[in-house]
Amino acid sequence: MKNIGIYLLIFFFLMRCSSKEEEVYTPVPYALEIPELFADKLIAPIIPSDNPLTEEGVALGKKLFSDKILSGNQTQSCADCHKVKEAFSDSAAFSLGAQGILGKRNSMPLFNLAWNFDERFAWDGKEFGLENQVIEPIVNPLEMHGDLKEIVKKLNEHNNYPALFQSAFGSSKISPDLVAKAVAQFMRTIISANSKFDNFLLGKSTLTVEEENGFNIFMSEEKGDCFHCHGSTNNPLWTDNKFHNNGLDERFIDLGLGAITGDPSDNGKFKTPSLRNLIFTAPYMHDGRFSTLEEVINHYSEGLQFSETIDPLMKSVHQGGVDLNEEEKAALKAFLLTLTDEEFIENPAFEN
Amino acid sequence: MKKIRYIFFISCFLLTACSEDNDRFLETVDVTFRFTQNWKGIPITASDFNEFKFTNQNGDLIGIERLRYLVSNITIGSVVKDYQLIDVGEGTGLEFVVDEVTKGLKTLNFTFGFKNEDNLEGSYQDLNSVSFNVPELLGGGYHFMQFDGKYKDHNNQDANFNYHVIRAADNTDPTNVILEDTSFEVDLGELELNSSTVIEIKMDVSEWFKNPNTWSLQQFNTRLMPNFGAQKLMEANGQSVFSLGEIKFN
Repeated sequence: MKNIGIYLLIFFFLMRCSSKEEEVYTPVPYALEIPELFADKLIAPIIPSDNPLTEEGVALGKKLFSDKILSGNQTQSCADCHKVKEAFSDSAAFSLGAQGILGKRNSMPLFNLAWNFDERFAWDGKEFGLENQVIEPIVNPLEMHGDLKEIVKKLNEHNNYPALFQSAFGSSKISPDLVAKAVAQFMRTIISANSKFDNFLLGKSTLTVEEENGFNIFMSEEKGDCFHCHGSTNNPLWTDNKFHNNGLDERFIDLGLGAITGDPSDNGKFKTPSLRNLIFTAPYMHDGRFSTLEEVINHYSEGLQFSETIDPLMKSVHQGGVDLNEEEKAALKAFLLTLTDEEFIENPAFEN
Repeated sequence: MKKIRYIFFISCFLLTACSEDNDRFLETVDVTFRFTQNWKGIPITASDFNEFKFTNQNGDLIGIERLRYLVSNITIGSVVKDYQLIDVGEGTGLEFVVDEVTKGLKTLNFTFGFKNEDNLEGSYQDLNSVSFNVPELLGGGYHFMQFDGKYKDHNNQDANFNYHVIRAADNTDPTNVILEDTSFEVDLGELELNSSTVIEIKMDVSEWFKNPNTWSLQQFNTRLMPNFGAQKLMEANGQSVFSLGEIKFN
């Protein structure tokens, strides 16, 4: 009988502990769907342990991404320069900021960012980690020109946001850190992996002869030699996420990575953009100098400019480039267009 | 009851005895492998990149801009690490630790690159993720080394070189690509391990241009991946590139 009393006491004690645990709020984990090819070929995406994806966090990030409240004068959202229909880029070479001032670089497309393994973001790699990258355009005077203190104040006084942050992070006290975490969560869910070429690799689609020829030019060291920087069937990101001087200029107006590292050997180096969704992401290069894919291909074929930091992979710089004939150029373009993911820009999960 | 007590004591005795034996025979140490690079004995690090500061046997003045290479089946005694990518420019993969190597006299060797049976198309996610692949048109698999830079050409102009080592592939007939394994074994002899040890493995980069074939960058500079003959020359020159460096016993 004495034992029964002890058991009851222990049971009561455990029940109390259990009730306390239930009081700790936990948002619902977000099940990130990793595309089959990515899962098969690549290492796991980068998701910081202090910012796991949650249903509430991703939803909040999506809302913030499209909310003008993040700009200084509340006239501009992230989505204004990163439009879903343009693969989260901007068709203008330079986007207009909240103050009506033109930016200095082309808006980078946003997708597959969780697979940027080096975690250096932006054309010049100035931000390490997606959470840091989120804040940069918010405070950049040429972009959203926001004041974080003011933005956080407005969010805290907002009718809905405190409750949404409470759901996402268990805290209704909104901070810049939580804003960055929410938007970064949403950005990690922006995935593009359903192009014709993806389906070809999965055995669900076939390529035309021209597309296949284009792919062979892309993969040939003697022809296009695009694969060293732009990935391959085994790196379906179609970027190495590194920084290269690809022979755009003899002299630099924009130092790119060099301005960040202070190392002259990095001058003129910019991040390799992914070749996915090119049909939606014109104009091309960090300064949007090329309006068409033909111009881009012509650049690599006969337009390379020598400078001291040109990447050694731009092997034929003294001949102007890899010298493709018209048929080869057309084939290369045809292949590049097989990396178009129509479903991606129509995905309702990205629309607010 | 007596019987149970007897069995219990016997078991305790046996288990204790086994434990002591294991300790004696399975005493292990950690071994750290440290890969370093030099040019005729002068150390090379990323800070030496992007400058024309090395002259090869042929007299070509060169600057290194990218140097990453793959070693596999790194073996010490009976312990084998599958592979390691060393990226000198990014300072990654230069060092790794192999745990629980039993004490005693151990053989030390590795393979430069991948042997054919390991050089499997797209099979290594970490290598795919850093774009170290070789196109299937050239037999697929992986680079063994990607060594890029600039040299001064005959006109004293800066020119590019891509000294990329891969499995040799003759794709004269694209429907019948002939492949030849150009990975090679590096035997670093034997080492007595009595305590945790740091083993330096040195790569003399100048040897890639030197021995037995004096390498002219004026002749062989770019588009070397599909050049079967150039790959065979690289394989031959690679044999004298690696050596055992400093050994530190802790």
